[in-house]
Amino acid sequence: MDKQKFIDEFELALDGLEPGTLTMETNFKELEEWDSMQALSIIAMVDADYDTQITAEELKKSKTLQDIYDLILAKKV
Amino acid sequence: MAYIKAISYYLPPDILSNELLAGQFPEWSVEKISSKTGIRERHIAAADICSSDLAYESVKMLFTEHNINPGEIDFILLCTQSPDYFLPTTACLLQDRLNIPTTAGALDFNLGCSGFVYGLSLANSLIKAGEAENVLLITAETYSKFINPQDKSVRTIFGDAAAACLISKSENNTIGPFIYGTDGSGGQNLIVKEGGMRTPTNLSSSEEKVDEYGNVHNAANLYMNGGEIFIFTLKSVPSLISNLLQKANLSMDDIGLFVLHQANKYMLEALRKKIHIPEDKLFIYMEDVGNTVSSTIPIALYHALKEKRIFAGIKVMVVGFGVGYSWAGTIMQF
Repeated sequence: MDKQKFIDEFELALDGLEPGTLTMETNFKELEEWDSMQALSIIAMVDADYDTQITAEELKKSKTLQDIYDLILAKKV
Repeated sequence: MAYIKAISYYLPPDILSNELLAGQFPEWSVEKISSKTGIRERHIAAADICSSDLAYESVKMLFTEHNINPGEIDFILLCTQSPDYFLPTTACLLQDRLNIPTTAGALDFNLGCSGFVYGLSLANSLIKAGEAENVLLITAETYSKFINPQDKSVRTIFGDAAAACLISKSENNTIGPFIYGTDGSGGQNLIVKEGGMRTPTNLSSSEEKVDEYGNVHNAANLYMNGGEIFIFTLKSVPSLISNLLQKANLSMDDIGLFVLHQANKYMLEALRKKIHIPEDKLFIYMEDVGNTVSSTIPIALYHALKEKRIFAGIKVMVVGFGVGYSWAGTIMQF
């Protein structure tokens, strides 16, 4: 799984984010834009781009992009 | 064989606009609500207006718009989750109010966003079995009465409405086959916890909780876990559609128009992309009504018929999905 591609997709999902805003270590829940609609965007992005589903509970427990990345990796094995 | 002979619907006059919502929740702009939900305004029933009142108005409109005589109706099916009373049955009260013959059968059934498709299945089966000839199928909800004023996650989406359809015998048109689905393990993700017999409304229901996104609700309010509902939809609807096509021995290209439950624009767009429905084949009508639960499909069908997007010879797929979890789909040959 390409990390840069994942960051790009994450930024695209949180519409309005300048490319290069995020890193794997960013705590996305501290972003000003983060809300319940953005949460749906991330769920949709993972579903569309990685053909797997992260649950609302898993999203609730995640903080950084790395956390979501690891979840996808674990599900794809 | 059966078909939808006529559709009408009714919206209560009070309007909840994006401007009002953005005023109350400044973190969400008018544009943001509009672009994400695809909804500009929702209609809200006044305090003294109940589901039966909306249902009554929708049937009156059906009778006048399509010149239907109440004496023709021999069965009433009414779908609601916000009935006037625990008992009696709303459909029974409407029989009297609408002057439908006392020889008619009448029942309520409790489903949400999948309700219209289940109603089609029941009506179609009654007609096929020779038990009825003209079935009045009504969907009526006042979810607004369950909603906490401080819960923007559901206030931005749901609107009140009722829709009435006459399902009648037909020589040429058909409804079916049907695909159904049920998964009660998701029941907790869209629920009104208090007010029923499990937990009668008591003092604890006024205790308000705030979720991780700042939405407020108490146990007697409508609670929706938007993320879980979204995941359920992405999982269940694409396979429902492929199973339905397989059962009908048809391909995507044979379907002229798709009318999915109008949950919100964001969800429909995610589904459209996942299922590969061409943009011009996915009918959307929710900007001026919102998500009206079991009435979204008949309201959309009403406008698709009016705009001549539905015409003789076309096959229309309808799919409902939501609270329960419950889902169902069918294909109508017009």
